Amino acid sequence: MIPKISSSEITPKSVYLSRRDFIKAAGVLAGSLALTACGVAAPETAGPTSAAPADGTAKSDEKGSPATSYRDITTYNNYYEFTTDKAGVADLSKNFATRPWEIEVGGLVNNPGKFSVDDLVKKFPPEERIYRLRCVEAWSMVIPWVGFPLAGLLSAVEPTSAAKYVRFESIFKPEELPGQKEPWYPWPYQEGLRLDEAMHDLTILATGLYGGELPAQNGGGLRLVVPWKYGFKSIKAIVKIELTAEQPATLWSSIAPNEYGFYANVNPQVDHPRWSQKTERRIGELSRQATHMFNGYAEQVASLYDGMDLAKNY
Amino acid sequence: MKRDFAGHALLQILVHLAGALPLLWLVMDFFTANLTANPIQAIEQRTGLTAVSFLAASLACTPLAWLTGWKNLTQRRKALGNYGFFYAALHLLTFFILDYGLDFAAIWGDVGKKAYILIGAAAFLLLLPLAVTSFNYWMKRLGKNWKRLHRLVYIISPLVVLHFFMAKKGDFLRLSGDILQPLAFAALVALLLILRLPPVKQALLQLKSKITRGAAV
Ligand code: HEM
Repeated sequence: MIPKISSSEITPKSVYLSRRDFIKAAGVLAGSLALTACGVAAPETAGPTSAAPADGTAKSDEKGSPATSYRDITTYNNYYEFTTDKAGVADLSKNFATRPWEIEVGGLVNNPGKFSVDDLVKKFPPEERIYRLRCVEAWSMVIPWVGFPLAGLLSAVEPTSAAKYVRFESIFKPEELPGQKEPWYPWPYQEGLRLDEAMHDLTILATGLYGGELPAQNGGGLRLVVPWKYGFKSIKAIVKIELTAEQPATLWSSIAPNEYGFYANVNPQVDHPRWSQKTERRIGELSRQATHMFNGYAEQVASLYDGMDLAKNY
Repeated sequence: MKRDFAGHALLQILVHLAGALPLLWLVMDFFTANLTANPIQAIEQRTGLTAVSFLAASLACTPLAWLTGWKNLTQRRKALGNYGFFYAALHLLTFFILDYGLDFAAIWGDVGKKAYILIGAAAFLLLLPLAVTSFNYWMKRLGKNWKRLHRLVYIISPLVVLHFFMAKKGDFLRLSGDILQPLAFAALVALLLILRLPPVKQALLQLKSKITRGAAV
């Protein structure tokens, strides 16, 4: 795979990489130069974690919280299809091809079809969305995604009036995703949203990160991002989207239904048997901070749940 | 006799090396920023895993001594158990100090009432008297009761395994989710406890003497 070099790569990486990361990146660079000098072909792409595709600006969310470093975002991944070791995903996924990537959109729609991500980004121009990501394990990040609203794609396939939910399915390829050989999980990963949640403008399909491509360990070729829900709702490596009349099953709620519900809205009032949902640790910081209702997006999304008992529909 | 003494000293050195290495490794990983993007959780998990490993090693000494006839092993279970306690204490301190900054109100209001935390705390409280009485002074003073007291580890180790299962994302009752590691420890601890049941122990010793006699012929 030959990486596309965007004009933004010309901006100095040191602007946003911390000094230590910068030194590391420089070290990797020196290392590959040395390899070339010895007549050994250097890897075509530097490791996904060694340097970031840059657009050079310091990024922050709408509340002014700085974006998590590219290095942390790409080396700390909850991606059980590769491994439960968050620091091991980047390495195990480095040969996973995220291009070409195709998805099938069907179910209760008038215009079902197959779409390649390259076509999708032409039809639905991606924009940067800097979102907080709150993991159910009580840690969080601020991530500059690149993506487009799911609503655009859904409108294009025209859901029928019977469609009430959207079901998402991840790739299933145990040869490439070794965690899928483990018998303890009902692979493939699947997730779901109510149609109105899926049509909300905050809900995006992400194709990139920090102005560059979406690395495999972050869910490339294509992933969902629903910022007001716990991270496990934002399914990675999507190959299939289906409109359904019934509420779809989801992977984690079939593993432990008392812990993981269908809605999984970030909610400091609803307890979890394992982790604190009242506080969270922002990656890169040491002390905990309060977790906010709907992950701080209450103003935009609370009305979706008017009159619902959110403790029951967790 | 001399050879046995050398073996004894070697085993002692090995046990203390094994006890110190995980801490050295952790400190090294800390200073080389090798503890993931979420170092506090990594320390919490590493110390917990090390603690349960030493507890299992301590439990393994006695059955291994029966099987090998190497009595020295029995004398090492105390040091191994103490390392288990030491790493459990680091695990706990990580939780109280690094993770929650000694904010006891937050701990109690937030996670203190969760079943897996209470089970971990029970295991630790039960480990405490074992660690305190691990000195020779107490061994002599308690006599027969020392052994009885230290049988508490038969309760502690299943509690720790349960805490381990519950700390992972999944549901062990349905055998689904992230259960491989705790399952392995559950199997090991169950085996080490079952071997101690008198009929099992008898059968094992008989089998062993048959094998050694067979080998001698
Ligand atoms: C008051 C006592 C205790 C507290 C508050 C406590 C707290 C915790 C917490 C919060 C975790 C989850 C860490 C995470 O994954 O985020 C955990 C995991 C664990 N704890 Fe404890 N614990 C206690 C006692 C013990 C004891 C006594 C042992 C063993 C001797 C132990 C062994 C473990 C193990 C093996 C894990 C799993 C580590 C992993 O995920 O690999 N804990 N404990």
